[in-house]
Amino acid sequence: MSFLTAALRNRSFMIGAILAALFVGAALVSYLWTPFDVTKLDIAHKLQTPSTEHWFGTDHFGRDIFAMIMVGARTSIAVAVVAVGIGIILGVPLGLAAAARKDSLMDEIIMRTNDLVFAFPALLIAIMITAVFGPSAINAIIAIGIFNIPVFARLTRGAALSLWTRDFVLSARVAGKNATRISVEHILPNILNLLIVQGSVQFSLGILAEAGLSYVGLGAQPPIPSWGRMLAESQTMISFAPHLAIFPGMAIVLTVLGLNLMGDGLRDLLDPRLRRART
Amino acid sequence: MLRYSLKRLMSLGLSLLAASAVIFLAIEVVPGDPASYMLGINAQPDTISALREELGLNVSALSRYVTWVTGMLTGDFGTSYTYRTPVVDMIGDRIMISLPLAIYALTLSTLIAFPAGILAASKRGSVTDVSIMGATQLGVAIPNFWFAMLLVVVFSINLRWFSAGGFPGWDEGLFVGLKALTLPAIALALPQASILARVMRSALIDTMNEDFIRTARAKGLTRRQAMWRHALRNAMIPVLTIIGLQFSFLMAGAIIIENVFFLPGLGRLVFQSISQRDLIVVESVVMLLVFAVVLVTFLVDIAYAAVDPRLRGRS
Repeated sequence: MSFLTAALRNRSFMIGAILAALFVGAALVSYLWTPFDVTKLDIAHKLQTPSTEHWFGTDHFGRDIFAMIMVGARTSIAVAVVAVGIGIILGVPLGLAAAARKDSLMDEIIMRTNDLVFAFPALLIAIMITAVFGPSAINAIIAIGIFNIPVFARLTRGAALSLWTRDFVLSARVAGKNATRISVEHILPNILNLLIVQGSVQFSLGILAEAGLSYVGLGAQPPIPSWGRMLAESQTMISFAPHLAIFPGMAIVLTVLGLNLMGDGLRDLLDPRLRRART
Repeated sequence: MLRYSLKRLMSLGLSLLAASAVIFLAIEVVPGDPASYMLGINAQPDTISALREELGLNVSALSRYVTWVTGMLTGDFGTSYTYRTPVVDMIGDRIMISLPLAIYALTLSTLIAFPAGILAASKRGSVTDVSIMGATQLGVAIPNFWFAMLLVVVFSINLRWFSAGGFPGWDEGLFVGLKALTLPAIALALPQASILARVMRSALIDTMNEDFIRTARAKGLTRRQAMWRHALRNAMIPVLTIIGLQFSFLMAGAIIIENVFFLPGLGRLVFQSISQRDLIVVESVVMLLVFAVVLVTFLVDIAYAAVDPRLRGRS
């Protein structure tokens, strides 16, 4: 059975992929089209409830909430993608290097530094960065990205260590390949599945973290729309205009749910042993 | 066991020292002078210089670091630049809200997750299992601050069972204090309970597949008896890890939730301090939270070693 056929039959993966694609699609379409201009204020039509004209209603400045959610998806996705990218680009080579020289001083330094970073939850890193450089989407990316580095480094090291004892790696060593070539040519392709699954998990955590940071004012700053800030702005009006909070909140929940389901599905698809163990 | 504990204690001390250096470097050795910020743009250079002298900012960074670390060891966290009061007093007042909130949330999370995880594992593959797992999948995806807002709408604005925010103080009585922390604790507990229930379920299912359970069944125990008498205790190791990790996440997560409910805890203090550039308060609160994370990890490691002697050799 090909991967595509298996993927189409995996309910968890399909539901997750559709949800995730919906929001990625919305973010992409927002570059070309939005039902209303999110930067245009229309006080005369403020706080309107959902209607055929404004599907999700309007906010206290009369801006269309549906359009803001579309544009906000860009911020969430961009922050999460770059933060996962930072984690992979820095964490994976560190994990590979630590595994290639197990128990060496380098391994010890990399792993102890990882432990140190782990002691700082992403929010604390964000607070420190904000205290120093001020709040912005870039600083949110850096904070979430730094938190992702030890996640990928540990995962890579653990998986790579078990591969270093395998016969095909021994053959490569006998053939004269050095540790770097073995890591890149033999270890990395074999742990790629694991990294893809973890990537989807960290992606969804990144969306939640970005929303949380924006909510407390440490993430994207106005006029860049962001789901977290939309929720923060809705807080004082929630008793008489609950739609201001419901739609951005649902956007976050559905995106994260979609990515988590997709991650679960991918895990099953890429590792048949897990599938057998789970059922 | 003693040797293992001492080794872990030394590692804890080194981690804290390294963390203190990182925090100090990140926050203190940065552009932007607290004295200039506090006095505003029209301040005269000699006034700024006098305030810098008073705040102890004229000495070298290394000297300030040593003073800060040795001060913390003796319970002296320095004096707030803005309020001119000891930082330790400010933290002491706030922690009386943040710490009970984290403990309350952890208790709720455990009380929800244990029965849910055990029920799902014991009825594996049934409608109950699928429903519980579906609910936990949703619980993990809901941002806790959004859930907190929904709780306020339902239980504060519509039903009027709880106040929408603020904290009356413990002087008003334990019940009044706990009531004020109930909605924040539920909001904090939901995602953590979902994660914990999933871990509980999979740990229990894994343990039920072990040989010793088969032996117990062969001796005539029913599946339920084997689970309660043997599997549950053995499944606790991964569950303990997650509980340990969750405590630190709850302490950090409380920073956001305190903002939703206007609770005067550590989270509110840290945001006020950032906006006022009261860096000594920011670094002290961050250090305290890192200390909590490292300490809980240490305690979990020790608990492991006590429960499972095989783990002592792996350090």
